[in-house]
Amino acid sequence: MTQQLKLRRVPAGGSFLRRLSADRPARAVYVALVLLVVLGWLLFALDGGQFLSQENIVGIQQRSAALGIVAVGQTVVILAGSLDLSVAYLISLTSLVAAEIMAGADAGVPAAVAAVLAVSAAAGLVNGLIVTRLRVHAFIATLGVALILKGLLDERYDGPAGSVPASFQHLGYDRIGPLPVSALLWAVVAASAWFLLSRTRLGYRIYAVGGDAEVARLSGIRTGRVVVAAHVLCSVCAGIAGLLLASRLGAGAPTVGTDGGYDLESIAAVVLGGTALAGGRGGVAGTVGGVLLLAVLDTIFNQMEVDSFAKDVVRGVVLVAALAIYARRRRTA
Amino acid sequence: MRRALPIFVVLAGLLVAIAVVNPYFLEPPAFLAFVKRAAPLVILAAGQYFVIVSGEFDLSVGSLVTAEVVIAARLIDGSAEATWPVLALLIVIGPLTGLVNGIVTTLLRVPSFITTLGMLLILSGAVFLWTGGAPRGALSPEFRELGRGSLGPVPWSVLILVAVAAAAIWAMRASFGHTLIAAGDNDRAAALSGVRVARVRTAAFMISGLSAAVAAILLGGFAGVSAQVGQGLEFQAITAVVLGGVALGGGRGSVVAAMAGAFTLEALFTLLNLYGISGALEPAVQGVIIIAAVALGAVNLPRRKAAAVS
Repeated sequence: MTQQLKLRRVPAGGSFLRRLSADRPARAVYVALVLLVVLGWLLFALDGGQFLSQENIVGIQQRSAALGIVAVGQTVVILAGSLDLSVAYLISLTSLVAAEIMAGADAGVPAAVAAVLAVSAAAGLVNGLIVTRLRVHAFIATLGVALILKGLLDERYDGPAGSVPASFQHLGYDRIGPLPVSALLWAVVAASAWFLLSRTRLGYRIYAVGGDAEVARLSGIRTGRVVVAAHVLCSVCAGIAGLLLASRLGAGAPTVGTDGGYDLESIAAVVLGGTALAGGRGGVAGTVGGVLLLAVLDTIFNQMEVDSFAKDVVRGVVLVAALAIYARRRRTA
Repeated sequence: MRRALPIFVVLAGLLVAIAVVNPYFLEPPAFLAFVKRAAPLVILAAGQYFVIVSGEFDLSVGSLVTAEVVIAARLIDGSAEATWPVLALLIVIGPLTGLVNGIVTTLLRVPSFITTLGMLLILSGAVFLWTGGAPRGALSPEFRELGRGSLGPVPWSVLILVAVAAAAIWAMRASFGHTLIAAGDNDRAAALSGVRVARVRTAAFMISGLSAAVAAILLGGFAGVSAQVGQGLEFQAITAVVLGGVALGGGRGSVVAAMAGAFTLEALFTLLNLYGISGALEPAVQGVIIIAAVALGAVNLPRRKAAAVS
């Protein structure tokens, strides 16, 4: 796409904002996040409320945890130059797998977690092999897998199934001090992905393959394996999100993933965070900012009692506007 | 054209398979009914082809179709005299949406995946906001005639499809088509050799919007008014184009093959129905077959192009 044409240069000077954002788009999302928090604080203050209340902050963290975990996985696969549209159905499937195996009993929890990780890793393996071995474009490959998962879900389930024991629900609802457990889980996933991407050989290879698959191949990287590994990591993240949502709902639900719009929304969060859709540039830090930005926006909407359909409209505008600003920065830098 | 060959073989195979189960299928009335059912998707795929071959995506067409149908129902509200002005309005809204997509993508340099995703959110949100959740009003019988009725034995939608196909083929043979393919193949080289890349790409988005408008008019008549009428059509259209051997990323493939891809999808749905695989398992079978078909098509590709997954 058009992006490949733009050369990035580190600016020598320029305005404060530009310096903040031009060399690392991830910073721009945090600048935007701070501005949005200030805006939210003002709006809440006018209403006589307190935006940075503990209740609100916890709410933001809890709301963003599931999307955040999926988006971290999506970051890995997008950095490798691929993408995954099957995550939403995979989340629904894994929530059902978890709840059915647990069947309300504490004893089932380890087996359920293991099964979810196995199922999601297998789904990622299938995605990755279709993309690399059959050479189907990731868009079509993961869309096809999404349809297959949808068929299986429709065939087997009419509504919520299985149940989650009370002990497992702590994952979704408990707090350690001011920190929700779900937010900690998200932080652990994000930190692991950050470590993987910036400190390990596989991470470097993911950037290399996403940057230019042919150059990576010529320099001795087995590009196929790297892309498959990225898909497996992404799907495992979706599986973890499925576990989290099952614990939140107390059961598995065949529509929990699609209702949340986790497929397109996770991609949107990744791109908001400054990761290039073409691959090879960006990182987890930006994605975390992108997810938080969406969550803060949601909180402000809720406070202002914006109609849920109007929310979609504003979200669309914000998404496009944010990226237009990035693109401008990159060009003028 | 060699790249496009597999899709015609697959399509012929599917049509034969349908005819074996249901010999009546090859009789003119049944076959025309099939073409009529396929027309909206084929028209959408033709529009999507222009965007994809120029190197971009259009994810907004499904929600645009929904928006157009809902707007038509509310504005017409069953009255015959409102039909033609509203039709004209719909035909304007489509390319206008495409113009916005095109300008945001080319001038503001937002990746088209995000531009059109944003447009999808905006359109579907706006439609529900305007209607309060459920579409209101009704289409007039005159409006529905286009999707349902026929001129003698030939349905209107088939005639419209033929006109759209002819226009699409003509456009791709004209210099516009050549510059579009050049822009999709290598936009930098095209720009250096004098192609106004932003302008042709914006035109491609406008064509896609126009095709969504036409598809909406046919679907509104054929399927009626609902808030789900366009759901998932964007993915079906993109799948159809890719089935036709058009490379995502731009620069390769023919519009005829893209339309054949849409016919293939529709034939696939028909066949699945005939074999009683409907409802729940249908998407699963569809997913397997789409992956298989695209994989088979990719076998002949040169290695380098196929390895670039994005």
